[in-house]
Amino acid sequence: MLELAIKGGKKYYGWMTFLTVIVAIGFLLYLRQLDFGLGITGLSRDASWGFYIANFTFLVGVAAGGVMVVLPYYLHDYKAFGKVTILGEFLAIASVIMCVTFILIDLGQPTRVFNVILYPTLNSVLFWDFIVLNGYLFLNILIGWNVLEAERNGVHYQKWLKPLIYISIPWAISIHTVTAYLYCGLPGRGFWMTAILAPRFLSSAFAAGPALLILCCLIIRRVSNFDPGRQQIQSLAKIVAYAICVNVFFFLCEVFVAFYSNIPEHMDHIKYLFVGLHGHGAYVPWMWASMILMLLGIILTVNPITRKNEGVLAVACVVIFLGTWIDKGLGMIAGGFTPSPLHEINEYIPSLPEIGIALGVWAMGFLVMTALFKIAVSVKEEIRA
Amino acid sequence: MDSSRRRILQLLGVSALALTTRPVFNAFAKEAQAAGAEAAFKAGEKALQAKQWAMVIDTRKFHSEAELEPLVEACHKIHNVPKLQNKNHEIKWIWGTHYHNAFPNKAARFLAESVEHRPFLVLCNHCENPPCVRVCPTQATWKRDTDGIVFMDFHRCIGCRFCMAACPFGARSFNYRDPRPFIKETNKKFPTRMKGVVEKCNFCAERLAVGQLPACVEASDGALAFGDLYDPESEVRKLIKTNYTIRRKQTLGTEPSVYYIV
Repeated sequence: MLELAIKGGKKYYGWMTFLTVIVAIGFLLYLRQLDFGLGITGLSRDASWGFYIANFTFLVGVAAGGVMVVLPYYLHDYKAFGKVTILGEFLAIASVIMCVTFILIDLGQPTRVFNVILYPTLNSVLFWDFIVLNGYLFLNILIGWNVLEAERNGVHYQKWLKPLIYISIPWAISIHTVTAYLYCGLPGRGFWMTAILAPRFLSSAFAAGPALLILCCLIIRRVSNFDPGRQQIQSLAKIVAYAICVNVFFFLCEVFVAFYSNIPEHMDHIKYLFVGLHGHGAYVPWMWASMILMLLGIILTVNPITRKNEGVLAVACVVIFLGTWIDKGLGMIAGGFTPSPLHEINEYIPSLPEIGIALGVWAMGFLVMTALFKIAVSVKEEIRA
Repeated sequence: MDSSRRRILQLLGVSALALTTRPVFNAFAKEAQAAGAEAAFKAGEKALQAKQWAMVIDTRKFHSEAELEPLVEACHKIHNVPKLQNKNHEIKWIWGTHYHNAFPNKAARFLAESVEHRPFLVLCNHCENPPCVRVCPTQATWKRDTDGIVFMDFHRCIGCRFCMAACPFGARSFNYRDPRPFIKETNKKFPTRMKGVVEKCNFCAERLAVGQLPACVEASDGALAFGDLYDPESEVRKLIKTNYTIRRKQTLGTEPSVYYIV
């Protein structure tokens, strides 16, 4: 089936070339980082994680979001999603590849990454994250590829896949839970120390992942002869609507706990992000933009009139994707590190090379995603023809 | 045709896997041997020993940041700690700060003037329940069970910086660039670090091993005391018994081993 990825039209090749150029630029910048060290980023002694880890966290969510088409189809026998499960699985593959790459480029000594396997440490959440992410990648490749191949050959997929499909559903939840545990179990980091961090991550994941999937479906319908289906898109939109509402609700729960209890350790980070602290407030406009975008997303997806209009729905999905990205991909990590454990404010601002490298990783992910979607769509077209 | 080609590819894949797993098993085998060899390690005759090393800092004896300077210098010099201009890349093992930074949750609005203006020495607390050790995915940072020192293995550290996020005391530094050009005078008896690894205070384990007290203690003119927390006769225990001491962020349950007399 792999050959389907290299049989495409001019537009397809143009898009792939465009992505390859961004990957190449990112890679060159990464070579510079390998040579100089992580000092070319905006990271510091106080903000020791930044843009890479934030994007990693967000993308774990997008990967887990794929389960929102798999679960209704396989567990609830919601037949309509049969058409799009493969897209969910392939989206998960591309996202996990980005996640793993973001972790790798964040390491100070990337050549030593296999020390994680050589000295397996069960008490380290990072070890478990390594296991669940790679496991999820493996599961989705195995399931997605075999089911699609079976579909192409007009037969039922292998029996042994069924248990793996069932396992992949809680596994999707696990990847984002374990990723939240990276943060929420750390003493002295008040912003992250909340039991609803994992649920919060999952809610934003189930909004961002399916939102991206809807956008992909709309694009696929436009550029190919395969229509993912109006009903499918509308069902996904309802999932997005619920998830984004829950996400904002969870955030408001955090705000209540921090401010009603009035404990400075918990309030200061939220204050820093939303109103600024001691004259520092680089993230203030971003965080308010995120809130406005998510609220707008709620209005557009909850209201049936706007949700049923696919043009408006596309806008809503972009808005929700951006809103959740700022919330998690920008504020979540920087906010947790500012103020520092010594209550000093050393603002973290990503550097240009850092953003360039991150864009390169995104482009690589989209490259993989486009190729995989191309394969899936070509198979669907073949069957129809 | 298609299926036979696939079969060959599958066979190739399996044999490649078989070939690559062997070195991995060998590596594991070597690792097991190395662990066995470690047991033969013996402490020197002069080595100072303790169940849990601890430090007591008499903050009343320091009046200005300048008085801390010789202690910080002594440590940074023998441990090849570089002086970097860019604040983001800064590396420090021990440094002076204000009361409200050292003890953010104990900072009252109104404070004795002497305390407010006094510098507080901060360093790794060599906690009894170190969160940094708990999170490290490669055991590159670990707590030595013979004397409680929290160590860093610069050669195993992958530079993920999880320990920096886990430390509630900001005690750890990361080499954001090659530190070697920024070391004025290299002490050949202590390793320099490479870029991309984390480092921090080691309670001068290399000095304790040859019967010397930590460099900062030696340079402190009696303001710092060092000894075994579990020996009731040790100097630190005597000081703790006769003075009211506080520790940083005690409520987090990490059990810091550095005590402050205020």
